[in-house]
Amino acid sequence: MPARRIELMLCTGTGCVAGGALHIKDALEKEIARHGLPDEVSVVPTGCNGFCGQGPLLVVVPDQIFYGPLKTDDIPFLVQEHFLKGRPVPKLMFKPSEKKDRIPLLTDIPFFHKQMLLVLRNKGIIDPEKITDYLARDGYTALEKVLTSMSPEDVIGEITRAGLRGRGGAGFPTGIKWKVCRAEKKTPKYIIGNCDEGDPGAYMDRSLIESDPHALVEGITIAAYAIGASQGFIYIRTEYPLAIQRLHLAIEQARENGLIGKNILGLGVDFELEIRQGSGAFVCGEETSLIHSIEGENPEPRQRPPFPAQVGLWGCPTVINNVETLGTVPQIINRGAEWFASIGTETSKGTKIFSLVGKINNTGLIEVPMGITLREIINDIGGGIPGGKTFKAVQTGGPSGGCIPHNHIDLPIDYESLKEVGSMMGSGGMIVMDEDTCMVDVSKFFIQFTNDESCGKCSACRDGSEALLEVLTRITKGEGREGDVEFLEELGEAVKDASMCGLGTTLPNPVLSTIRYFREEYEAHIKEKRCPAKVCKSLTSFWIDPKLCQACLICMRECPGQSIYGEKSIIHVIDQGKCNKCGVCFDVCPPKFGAIKKLSGVPVPPVEHGIKVERKKKGDRLEGEHVQA
Amino acid sequence: MAKLTLDELRQKRAEAQKTVYLREGAFRGKVIVHMGTCGIAAGARGIVAAFLDEVERTGSHDIQVTTSGCAGLCSKEPMATVEMRDAAPVRYGELTAEKVKKIFKNHIVGGTAAAEYALGFGSERGA
Repeated sequence: MPARRIELMLCTGTGCVAGGALHIKDALEKEIARHGLPDEVSVVPTGCNGFCGQGPLLVVVPDQIFYGPLKTDDIPFLVQEHFLKGRPVPKLMFKPSEKKDRIPLLTDIPFFHKQMLLVLRNKGIIDPEKITDYLARDGYTALEKVLTSMSPEDVIGEITRAGLRGRGGAGFPTGIKWKVCRAEKKTPKYIIGNCDEGDPGAYMDRSLIESDPHALVEGITIAAYAIGASQGFIYIRTEYPLAIQRLHLAIEQARENGLIGKNILGLGVDFELEIRQGSGAFVCGEETSLIHSIEGENPEPRQRPPFPAQVGLWGCPTVINNVETLGTVPQIINRGAEWFASIGTETSKGTKIFSLVGKINNTGLIEVPMGITLREIINDIGGGIPGGKTFKAVQTGGPSGGCIPHNHIDLPIDYESLKEVGSMMGSGGMIVMDEDTCMVDVSKFFIQFTNDESCGKCSACRDGSEALLEVLTRITKGEGREGDVEFLEELGEAVKDASMCGLGTTLPNPVLSTIRYFREEYEAHIKEKRCPAKVCKSLTSFWIDPKLCQACLICMRECPGQSIYGEKSIIHVIDQGKCNKCGVCFDVCPPKFGAIKKLSGVPVPPVEHGIKVERKKKGDRLEGEHVQA
Repeated sequence: MAKLTLDELRQKRAEAQKTVYLREGAFRGKVIVHMGTCGIAAGARGIVAAFLDEVERTGSHDIQVTTSGCAGLCSKEPMATVEMRDAAPVRYGELTAEKVKKIFKNHIVGGTAAAEYALGFGSERGA
C-alpha cells in the first residue's frame, strides 16, 4: 500500500451510524476523490469511539484532531480546508459548552483524559472488519503465547492472580470458575460468551464487539484452551445487527487464518466457535436461562447448584463469561497478572466499561480504572449536568441495581462499595439523574421493566413484581396510603429472599435503594399528594404566572389539547379541566419569560380571563411575534 | 486463504503493522508542505506525492508528511519545511521532485540539511 499522510478514523458504531455516519463516509470519499486525494488521505471506518453524544464524529490521525458532530454539508469545506490545504477547521471541533472554547485535539478533551483504555484499547484505532488491523495492534499474540508456552493450568493461574472478576454484574472470580470447570472429568466442555445485554441504557458489550470483535474471539479461544473446551458459543441479542455482522466476519476471518478451527496454527489445539442469537428476553442474561435458550428450551432459569461449570449446556461442564470479561483476557496474558492487579482497588482489579447516559453533558461509552470516584466520572469525564441543574443520583446496575444519591459522589467505585450503598456493579449501565427526576417514578419504571421481563416461573418474582408495581403506580397517581412504604420494603425483602434466579433476587433493588435514600419523596407523594420533582402527572399542574406572561401566543398555538385561552396582548390562562399535562407549554415558553410554572401539592391559583399584558418597555419586540404575523 | 502457521502469523502481523503506523503517532520527523493557493498553483500537490513516495520507497514510516497554509514567501513556492526531532526546522523552496529526493536522502535519512535548496533555518519569531 502506498504511503498516506492522513487517515480519518470515522466512527461507525451504532450510534453514529444512526446519526448519519455512513452518509458522512460517502461524502468524505466523494470529496477526497474530487480533490484527487485518495492516495494520500483515506477513510477508516472504526467501531464506537465512545463519545457518542458528539456523533457523527471523526478523528484525524496522526494529528489527533477531533471533529464532531458533523453534517454532510460540512464535508466539502472540511476536505478542502484541512485535508487539502492543511488548515484545520475550528468551527467543526468539539465545544464543551456555550461559554467554553473549542478543543482541537482529542488528547486535550477531558472526556478522554481520565479514561484508561485496556479492553477498549483498539476502539477508534482499528477497522473492526479487518483482521490485519487487529493483528497490527498485537492481535493474537496472547493466543500465540498461550498455545506455545503456557499450560491450561498456567493460564488459569495467571487469570486468578490477576484478580479478574466477572464483568456481567455479579463479579465472580473468573479464574475460580475456570478452575472448577477444568477439574470436571466429564467431556465435552463448553465455553459461552454472554452478550445478552438487556439493561436499559447499557451498551458496553455491543460497543466492544462493534469496535474490536477479534478481542472477543481471541479471549474466548484462550478461555476454551484453559478449561479444555473445543466448542464455544457467543450468545448475542438479535437486536444487535451490526455487532452480529462484525462478529460473524471476525469469526470467519479467524477460521480462514487458522486461528480457530481444527489444529490452530498447526499447534494441535481445536476450537470451534459459533454465534447463537437470543430474541431479547432479559432473563436470558441469567446463565441457566441462557443455557436453556441455546438448547432450544424455554428460557427459564433453574436452581443452582449444580453450577453450569459442573452441569451446564446439554448437561456438560460449561463456563459462561461476559464478553467484556473475555475481552480482558488477552491483555492479562500479554501484559501479565501483576500489571493487571496493580490497577484498581483491593478487591476489584483492572478497569470497567460504563455507558454514561441520562442527564449528563457528555453521553458516551467510557472505560475507567476501578476505584475511580463517581465525582470524577460525572464531573470530569461526563462534563457535569446540563442546564446548570444539580446532580441528584446515579443509577447503576440497571434494573438489578440501585440509585446512589448525591452525597455519595466521592464513593470510589468497585464491586464491594456499590453493594454497600445498596446498588451493584451490574454490567455497567450508569444513568445520571438531576433534580427534575422523581425517584418514585424511576423505581416504577424499573419495576415495570422487570415485571414485563419476569419469566413467570417463581411466584415471588412474577406476582411480587406485579404487587410492587401496583403500589408504586398508586403512589404516583396520588392514591398512596399510609403504610405503603413499609409494605414495599417488606415485600421487596420477601421477593429477594424467595426468588430463584438473579432477576428476582435483585429486582426490588431500585425500590429499596430509593426508599433508603429518598424516603421523604415517597412520603410527600403519599401524605401531601405532592411530587417534589414535579414529574408525576396526577400530582402536578401547569399554571401560567400572570405577572410573567407576555401573551406571545406560542404556548396557545403549541398546546395539542387547545387548553390554553387568551389572545394577543391578553394574558394566557390554562384551563385546568382540559389540560392533559403533556408539558409542551412548559417547554415552548421562551426562557426569558419563564411564565409557565409546575405546581405540585398546592392549589392552582385562580387567574381572571382577559387581563391585559403589561409590557416592560414600549417597543420591546417579543419573541414569537414574527411567527404569528 | 490458507491457514497460517505460527511463523506465517508473525509475518502477517509485521506486514500489517506497516499499514497502520499513522495511528501510532510516534514520528521522528515531520515534513510540512505549504499548500496555500500559491503553493497549489506552483505544484505543491506533486511535492506532497513525491515526499510520500520517498516515505514508502525508503520505508521511513516514522516521518509524517503533512500540509499547512501559505508560508508567506509565495514567489518561492512550492515550499516545504522539514522538522526533525531535536533539530531546528529547515525551510526549502522552489521544490521539484528531484530536489525532494535529495532532501529526503541527505536531510531526513542522512541527517544533514540540504543547504543548497534551503531558504532558511529555524522558525520565524512569533509576536
